[in-house]
Amino acid sequence: MDFLSASIVDGLLLGFVYGVAAMGLTLIWGVMNVINLAHGPIIALGMFGVYLIFTALGLNPYIGIVLVALLGLLLGVLIYYVAVHRVINAPHLSTLLATYSVNMMIIGVGTAVFSTSPRNVDFSLGSVELGPITLLGSRAVAAVAAVLVTGALYIFLYRTRPGRYIRAVANNRDAAELMGVPSTRILALSFGLGTMLAAIAGGLIATFFPFTILAGGVYELKSFVISVLGGLGNPIGALFGGLILGVLEGIIPTFMPTTWVPVLEFVLFVLILLVRPSGIFGAKK
Amino acid sequence: MKRIFTFFVLLLIVMGALLTACGSSETPAEPAAPAADTAPAASDSTAAEEPAAAEPAAPEETTLMIGFTTSQTGKQNVSSTRQVNGLMLWMDQVNEAGGLELSDGTRVKFDYVTYDDESNTDRVQELYTRLATEDGADFLISPYSSGLTAAAAVIAEQYGKVMITTGAASDSAYQQGYTQVYQAYTPASRYLTGAVDLLTTLDPSVKRVAFVYENSKFSTSVVEAAKVYAEEQGYEVVLFEGYDPETTDFGPFINKIEAAAPDAILGGGHFQDGSTFARQIDEKNIDVNFFTLLVAPPEPDFADLGQAAVGVVGPSQWEPLAAFTPDSATEAGLDWYGISGDEFVTTYEGAYAGEEPSYHSAGGYAAGMILAKAIENADSVEPEAVRDALEDMDILTFYGHVKFDTSAENHGLQIGHSMVYIQWQEDASGNLAKQVLWPLEGATADSLYPKP
Amino acid sequence: MNGLRKYSGLILAIVVVLALVAWPTINGKDITREVVFTMILSVALASSLNILLGYTGYVSFGHVVFFGLGGYVGFYLMAVQNWSLWPAMLAGGVASGTLAFFLGKAILRLRGGYFALATIGVNEAVRAFINNYKPFGGPVGLSLNFSVYQNYGGGAREALWLSFYMLAALTILVIIVSYAVRTSKFGLGLLAIREDEDAAEIMGVRAPNAKTWAYVLSAIFPGILGVLFFFKNGNIEPAPAFRLQLSIEMIVMVMLGGQGTVLGPILGGAGYQRFRGFLLTNPLFKNIQLAVAGFLLLIIVLFIPAGIIGWVRNRFPKLRRVLQ
Repeated sequence: MDFLSASIVDGLLLGFVYGVAAMGLTLIWGVMNVINLAHGPIIALGMFGVYLIFTALGLNPYIGIVLVALLGLLLGVLIYYVAVHRVINAPHLSTLLATYSVNMMIIGVGTAVFSTSPRNVDFSLGSVELGPITLLGSRAVAAVAAVLVTGALYIFLYRTRPGRYIRAVANNRDAAELMGVPSTRILALSFGLGTMLAAIAGGLIATFFPFTILAGGVYELKSFVISVLGGLGNPIGALFGGLILGVLEGIIPTFMPTTWVPVLEFVLFVLILLVRPSGIFGAKK
Repeated sequence: MKRIFTFFVLLLIVMGALLTACGSSETPAEPAAPAADTAPAASDSTAAEEPAAAEPAAPEETTLMIGFTTSQTGKQNVSSTRQVNGLMLWMDQVNEAGGLELSDGTRVKFDYVTYDDESNTDRVQELYTRLATEDGADFLISPYSSGLTAAAAVIAEQYGKVMITTGAASDSAYQQGYTQVYQAYTPASRYLTGAVDLLTTLDPSVKRVAFVYENSKFSTSVVEAAKVYAEEQGYEVVLFEGYDPETTDFGPFINKIEAAAPDAILGGGHFQDGSTFARQIDEKNIDVNFFTLLVAPPEPDFADLGQAAVGVVGPSQWEPLAAFTPDSATEAGLDWYGISGDEFVTTYEGAYAGEEPSYHSAGGYAAGMILAKAIENADSVEPEAVRDALEDMDILTFYGHVKFDTSAENHGLQIGHSMVYIQWQEDASGNLAKQVLWPLEGATADSLYPKP
Repeated sequence: MNGLRKYSGLILAIVVVLALVAWPTINGKDITREVVFTMILSVALASSLNILLGYTGYVSFGHVVFFGLGGYVGFYLMAVQNWSLWPAMLAGGVASGTLAFFLGKAILRLRGGYFALATIGVNEAVRAFINNYKPFGGPVGLSLNFSVYQNYGGGAREALWLSFYMLAALTILVIIVSYAVRTSKFGLGLLAIREDEDAAEIMGVRAPNAKTWAYVLSAIFPGILGVLFFFKNGNIEPAPAFRLQLSIEMIVMVMLGGQGTVLGPILGGAGYQRFRGFLLTNPLFKNIQLAVAGFLLLIIVLFIPAGIIGWVRNRFPKLRRVLQ
């Protein structure tokens, strides 16, 4: 049973970071009904951002993440204006393909620049042994950072004017526009926030896992699963979704072969979509 | 009436557009070949297309076209590039030396055509067909990885083109009845058997081993063969489990390994997952005496892991330290061929801005050497004669022993070459370096055992 | 005269495919055959997807699951049970159709993005499952013995030509089905669903049934094509069989040509592959071909969302009868 508890702790810590990644995806979905297929490459860019700042400037990766977050916000606003704005009211297919084309461009240029060789931020905060559990410093910090980010997002959405605007636009864009909310700017800001969260998650992951320019794909798929678990469009639910996924990844291997984890994950994903599309915590429509 | 007229006009327009699309599409493809080349191309390739006709006339010089695809993009990009670098080095050296000389005075030079296979099988067959027919490739080299090679082999076989495979270790491709495909790598089924022998020598008291591996074609074939071998040697396999190729968090998996309490861990997959796995095994302070991973440890970049790399053992197709020399060839009663290992390393580093060659690079170079030696032995550039020479090949090079299975069931399988096993160790000044542990006669250091 | 006029859209579509097929047949070059194989495979896949995507508006993002599953079932029957290619292709189609039937009953209730996500989930789940499923070779996959090709016309070269013509026949069949659906009452029902599903139901379209059958139809052909493709490929592995990117490429082809039209996916599929092939072998673009393709896709999505055929139809209303 020792290894069950160790696995649950591992899963929980990682779940916080998964949660942040998924929050970015789900925020964009919630506000503008767009599934951002460039989510994975942006996570990968977050990883490379931290890597480059760490290796080239020698800065502490956590300072790097702050910079990366800022860049992520700007990148998101840029992507919104270039690729998404024109098709924001078109059918789903258009926005899916528009964001996918951004995905192709990032991966294409990224592969040409960085190749697909693995990178590693050689950074460690040591570890603490608590009985059977080995607590890794970098993962614990990442979990704390994830909680802080979630808290900040919550405050932003519920206590500031732009945050209220975002929620208003998410609820009913036409009504919000009538009330004088500058909806285009708010949509761009929301998209920027979404990519910022993705970039932060990428930066946090880079402090403990090696990665390549293609590494974002896995987290993108995980983000889909988590978003659905927590309720599409519900950023706070995404954090809990992340925790659930993390714990599942921790405990499934204890009773069946590890390779079955993705099978169960995706079956669960489809089932939740069918049974409770608003997520485990979502209110019934 | 008017509608029908419009219909036909439109039909003509569409067909015209299609034909011009087809026509113009041929043209852009054509210049791609010379553009990819470094050496003179167009006139040579036509000469090379009909080697049979060129042969009796005994011209002064003939150029053979080598065709292969490179994974310029996608996940195999790094290993594939190294492999092609090795092959290019071989080609440059042969051409600079004035080519191979046949007994009738003909000088044989080499040229190449390559395309990007994007690390996926969709277009491999199309590209190899293009190489074999349009580009007039006389001989083929495989892409990197077993999956892509399996698709390319169908084409090589179909056009009767000899293909030297490198970077493709799975045994299954050589059990499909192919007659034109020859493997430079030690096959997957013998990748880890030496590690089991090494472990037996190091510590006969060890009995509990765990096989943990990436759930992919190559690694699964490796560990399945190694498991059988280990059990024959009296080991108890306490855990035999795969992980998904996309795994980044090995936490739960490692906890499971810890619960099984093995003395030795063998397995892994490719570079990305292997280095992640090694890093997390270290972070979790898993107490294990012997730790062997596939593919990742021999790569020079593995040193980026720092302390986590120390003590990790890995099978390698070739190592700079592996000392195959003309003397060892004489001892073994084999023909020596080609340059020395030192020369390979120095010229490679010179050619590629100091990049340290990995075994993928050596494999690429070896594929070229095998082809050259076969042409020399055949004293001809005729595919049939070269094939016969490959059947009889039994040589020692800096890369090791090369000999092919000629039976119908396993035709082309590599049976001469075997793996070397390396370990990352710290030298006196604290720098990480690879040391050869096995085979014992080639060992450059004592094993760090148990793993720190 | 009347017949020709009535079917001009279909005839034009078939002529385009026949022209493509004639090209390698006339010049006899193997490489042309390979190039055209890739193109018309895309045409067939895009046209199959169009039956669902174009006519009902449901975005199946994981459509490759039918290609992979059909391919696996057929390949297993050929490699392990020693079936011949023809019944194996049939079995592949049946397997994919069956999966689509049961899947359709469940997930076609979802709308818009939810449906798209569910199809991705299904594809990933099936891929992960096959990766663990030992009879299908698990991660190692399955391979065909080279001697198998001798049963199809005497040798590998003949077998490859045979696969090519088989593919051509299938492609034309897909197009006929696609045309028949579009011009039938069933198809009108589907188009009504695309425009407004709730309204369609009120008007008497039995939407759940119609959607499910459209899904099944659009799944059968990828299943058959999967068997043919992997037969020619000689081996099958989970990752290439269930490559999500191929699904997305299929959507791009449909978009490019014009969704909901018969001719659109044909031009889209052939054009897309031709273009990618050009980028891949062009020295100027081959290092950044993915980025260039992405950029052009964005331009099309932003500025010509109806695709080539849709754009022409809007510009020249007179051509609507011909360009279906």
